[in-house]
Amino acid sequence: MTHNIYLYIFVMAGVTYLIRMLPLALSKKEITNNYIKSFLYYVPYACLAAMTFPAILHATASIYSALAGLVIAVAAAYKGKSLLVVALAACAAVFIVERILPFLQ
Amino acid sequence: MKTKDYQNGLHDGVAVALGYFAVSFAFGMEAVTKGLGILQAILISLTNVTSAGQFSGLGIIAAGGTYIELALTQLVINLRYCLMSFSLAQKLDRSAPNMHRYLMAYSVTDEIFALDASLDGTLKPAYHYGITSVAVPGWVLGTLAGAVSGTLLPSFVISALGVAIYGMFLAIIIPPARQNRTILTVVLSAMGLSFLFSVLPVLNKVSSGFVIIITTVVIAGIAAWLKPVHEEENKGEI
Repeated sequence: MTHNIYLYIFVMAGVTYLIRMLPLALSKKEITNNYIKSFLYYVPYACLAAMTFPAILHATASIYSALAGLVIAVAAAYKGKSLLVVALAACAAVFIVERILPFLQ
Repeated sequence: MKTKDYQNGLHDGVAVALGYFAVSFAFGMEAVTKGLGILQAILISLTNVTSAGQFSGLGIIAAGGTYIELALTQLVINLRYCLMSFSLAQKLDRSAPNMHRYLMAYSVTDEIFALDASLDGTLKPAYHYGITSVAVPGWVLGTLAGAVSGTLLPSFVISALGVAIYGMFLAIIIPPARQNRTILTVVLSAMGLSFLFSVLPVLNKVSSGFVIIITTVVIAGIAAWLKPVHEEENKGEI
């Protein structure tokens, strides 16, 4: 059985869009239940934290450079630096550590 | 006011676009390696705007899998967006016309959701569109660059850009965690739980999309039960 690449892409895009659209389109009323409100209040923190760690450790060419990026990002974020500054500082840390690593091994 | 929101979105979206470029560059390379055309790779990026979903979809397409298999995989891996959209539905400016709910849904991604959620007060559609206007071009151009030539950018640049997205996530969650002990506990517990999923036998077989859903529901569920949020605390935070 042969498959059409464009039909594949259509299926992928369609499913992904529906997952994103249905909750937005269907939950229009403001939720008054305090448990659900509290739950939704914590969702972003739990979700972003779960996506960041441990995934960040495998985001670069070496776990050591990734650790350096993690430490610098945490330090910069702790000091309240902006999104872009934190992101760039993490990139710079990875870059520098990956330049130094070959000399240590 | 709308222009201001849009401009804020453009500004904040730059960090997203940077991180996207690196990830979609890898996607572009992989797509071409697996036999897709450059335009097909770009079409996937433009219509899906999701990293894990696209990579797994690519695997199924390359293996000649069925449409059902492809649809189910996308459903499982991208189900976390359901949670994000639900959360945004509550935060969205209530005076915004319904049409925006259908348009904004296109670009509910991990990163754009993160920015939307970190806003003080209600979410204006213009802000979401501002981020989308820089982030999606970053995503598509990265795919193009990766598909055209895997050697266009040296590998050390790709490696360094790989942490950009995570740096951004940390910049969003750490400042509030510093001020609120419950949020700090939520952040650390979620990291700990997802770490357990990556190292424990059996649990490490669970797909990354499900790990995020399970961790989020369990941790946010427990936090909401132990430390319900009161109206006045709710303002001005995520």
